[in-house]
Amino acid sequence: MKKVLGIFMILLLFMLAACSQGTTKTSESAKTEEKSEETTGEATETEEKELPKVAFVYIGVPGDGGWTYEHDQARKLVDETFGITSTTVENVPEGPDAERVIEELAQDHDIIFTTSFGYMDPTFNVAQKYPEVLFMHATGYKTAENMGTYQGRGYQPAYLAGIAAGMLSLNNKIGYVGAFPLPEVIYTINAFTLGAQSVNPDAEVSVVWSNTWFDPTTERQAAVSLLDQGVDVLANYQDSPAGIQAAAERGVWGMGNDSDMNEYAPETYVTNPILNWGPYYVDVVQSVIDETWKSEAVFYGFKEGMVELAPFGKNVPQEVQDAVEAKKKEIVDGTFDIFKGPIYDQAGNIKINDGETLADPDILSMNWFVKGVKGTIPAE
Amino acid sequence: MDTAIILMSAAISAGTPLLFAVLGGILNEKVGVINLGTEGIMLIGAVTSCIVFLQTENLFLTFLAALLASAGLGLIHAFVCISLRANQIVSGLAITLFGTGFSAYLGKSVAGSALPVSVPKIELSWLEPIPFIGRVFGNLDIFSWLCIFVAIVMYFYMYKTSWGLHLKAVGDSPSTSDVMGVSVDGYRYFHVILGSMLMGLSGFYLIMVYSPNWIEGMTAGRGWIAIALIIFARWNPLYALACAYFFGGLDALGFRFQLLEVAIPSYFLKMIPYIATIIVLMFVGWKNRHKPPIEPKALGVPYFREQRF
Repeated sequence: MKKVLGIFMILLLFMLAACSQGTTKTSESAKTEEKSEETTGEATETEEKELPKVAFVYIGVPGDGGWTYEHDQARKLVDETFGITSTTVENVPEGPDAERVIEELAQDHDIIFTTSFGYMDPTFNVAQKYPEVLFMHATGYKTAENMGTYQGRGYQPAYLAGIAAGMLSLNNKIGYVGAFPLPEVIYTINAFTLGAQSVNPDAEVSVVWSNTWFDPTTERQAAVSLLDQGVDVLANYQDSPAGIQAAAERGVWGMGNDSDMNEYAPETYVTNPILNWGPYYVDVVQSVIDETWKSEAVFYGFKEGMVELAPFGKNVPQEVQDAVEAKKKEIVDGTFDIFKGPIYDQAGNIKINDGETLADPDILSMNWFVKGVKGTIPAE
Repeated sequence: MDTAIILMSAAISAGTPLLFAVLGGILNEKVGVINLGTEGIMLIGAVTSCIVFLQTENLFLTFLAALLASAGLGLIHAFVCISLRANQIVSGLAITLFGTGFSAYLGKSVAGSALPVSVPKIELSWLEPIPFIGRVFGNLDIFSWLCIFVAIVMYFYMYKTSWGLHLKAVGDSPSTSDVMGVSVDGYRYFHVILGSMLMGLSGFYLIMVYSPNWIEGMTAGRGWIAIALIIFARWNPLYALACAYFFGGLDALGFRFQLLEVAIPSYFLKMIPYIATIIVLMFVGWKNRHKPPIEPKALGVPYFREQRF
């Protein structure tokens, strides 16, 4: 009897665990889907065109305060603009699970946004199977007839953040915690360094790789290792604010990535690049409604509004803010290009000749550090 | 010298959450119950701390809440393993799965909110003149001290008191203990719950001291490392102290190697702690190969009074 009860208890635990864990489709949207199915019969009579059904696949949770948070803000904008309720699936691991989730969504949605680099192949595979569904994949490089890709020019605000860091640093030692040695992170660090050097030629940026997007304890370790070296500005290309918090404890200026992180270190926060997907998502959905959508690889910057600089922390001096704003104008105008030669690599070899600018494909595949970065990119 | 001090400080702050969990695990295993629920209990401890602290902003209440929540999970594990005599491995895994999922569910509303917490530090100015120790231990937060204190108290409890002998007996030969009039179930319940509370404190430390905001799955596998460290520490709380700090130090060392710009890939540096664990385990195993095994003999075996051996 006791054994049976024991097995039952364990089963119960497993069931509870299964219920609360893993990928959770928001019930809210599921409900409205049912409703919309019931009412479509009447709606088609009054409305000429049916609104598209939109779905989003997230790598994390909207509450991460970083990457997924920004995508979810964009989703809210889409929902408000078109009066729809889109479906979201959170916590989808990159890999076979992603393909299953995307395929499930493809069966009853018109547009699917897959918002992490690792969804590229799963999205591509499903796009082949469902030619009538549109797929939008963030930060990748594969496109298809019915699959577009998009990315923000994160290096533009990173350059501005670098200017702030260069001006704030008193000992010219700046730290940078990078997630993974990927082109996206590398060109951000390079732009950041160039920005710092533009106002402070002696500035050096020490880079440490945490090899994780999202592990606060490890990120903190990485941050502390730099703080122990005596850096007086610390930037983080990470999804959690752990590094900024570690810097704040020592009264060191901190910067994050992806979204406004003021609240985590109100006294010592500087600013950082943020990604603003909202307007673009609205454009995409609108173009689908207008039937003007076509597959492309989008790489948008300040001008198109896909990247922004977070509001300055309250203790950042006005002169720093002014210098940054002035440069920002030049970037938006197109009178200033960040990756414009002469630019040297760490060993001092010229990588971009005087007067030349780097083409987008070269930016998107960058695998070298500029002069002034202290750190290594692991060989592949 | 300075590097050594810095590294030791980093080792303590990275090692403390591990140490709490290892000590909890030792209490569990010493009475013969394997608890693989560490990871889940840590997460529940962390999310409870976060929610309670945001509500009350009271460190002491938060501390109690973390203890209470983890004790609850410990009670479930104890009930399933001791009273129902179910498989301990399965129950532990269920607790971890449950804790991971349920903490994510509970934490949805508080995810990303920064905790305005400041943990009091203990300044020991009289330590200052001692060269190395003064700098490392002169300004630790109270919970790091608590952890060291718990390890020392546990050592005396386990090896210098008669309760400690009973504890060992219950884990090695429950039937003998039973004959001697020691309540096997009572001892097991008590220590499983107490151990789980320590695991909960590990989560509490992670979120209150280490990284003050709730992030889903923030333990990132440290519970499993703690389970391995129990064996590494040979079920001895003082060894556990050394092991946890050693492991924390290795963890911190990886990033410092990167800064030296040595030509070792950072992926490799990240493996150092795990490789070191295997090497030390091999070394210890080889050195003790002629001695009787040290783990509690009744580990993982439910006790059933009527059963004959």
